[in-house]
Amino acid sequence: MLKEAEIRTFIEGTTNYFEISAQQSATVGSPYLVTDGNPGAYEYTGVIGISGARKGIVYFTAPRGMLTVLLMRMQETDTSDENIKDLVGEVANTISGNARRDFGKNFVISVPVVIAHDLEKVTAPHSRSYVIPINWRTHSAKLVVCLE
Amino acid sequence: MTDMDVESKPMLKLMIVDDSNIIRRRIERSQQIARLEVVGAASNGREAVELFRRTQPDVVTMDLTMPEMDGVECVQKLVAINSKVLILVVSALADKATAVDAIERGANGFLCKPFTDRQLNDALEELLSEA
Repeated sequence: MLKEAEIRTFIEGTTNYFEISAQQSATVGSPYLVTDGNPGAYEYTGVIGISGARKGIVYFTAPRGMLTVLLMRMQETDTSDENIKDLVGEVANTISGNARRDFGKNFVISVPVVIAHDLEKVTAPHSRSYVIPINWRTHSAKLVVCLE
Repeated sequence: MTDMDVESKPMLKLMIVDDSNIIRRRIERSQQIARLEVVGAASNGREAVELFRRTQPDVVTMDLTMPEMDGVECVQKLVAINSKVLILVVSALADKATAVDAIERGANGFLCKPFTDRQLNDALEELLSEA
């Protein structure tokens, strides 16, 4: 179960990422709770395993179009599938790592696991997940936080 | 810094360590320090130690969360090989304890991801002021 302040940590991490990396703000919709164990995914997903004081996963999932433009905003000219997968993992890693500012050192994050082109493989370890909808330019993405 | 300052100071070799290709390329592209010449990049701590022995860089940017060997262990190994190396940790791990831990193990500076080009260059300048 996440507290409101904890959800805010992830919202701030998400908006901060776009503000700094893309130099263009993203807006975040109202977070909502999914209780059927299926928070959904887009074409590319970067999953971070969480261990230590909290257990579960955090994932960032986005369509290729959004990730391509994000790469270009970062002055990256190589928009190959490899770099798109690298980026989606890096976004998930950065937002999760930044959360340690509030969660502390015992919020242990794994290296990213990237799932691409296979939406059914993206599953949550528990039935309850919080979904933070992200809107950037004309694109939509989500950050999913599923912690015990 | 004037051209005269640049000419009077020796060139320094930079090695970039990060498991993200995008971040490795970003650091190489964005760093504007005239004295720094990139001599190599590694995607994990184990590769970094090998590359470090081979290229003998003066300055290293070091990610922390990496497969095979993480950045903290790698910092310790690099400092054991050359205690004069200057290491800037570039990591998303934003808690103070992690930064302090990295510094205690031999890193010289800490830059939190995400970062702007300006923040990267300022952090490198500050690091080089120790050289």
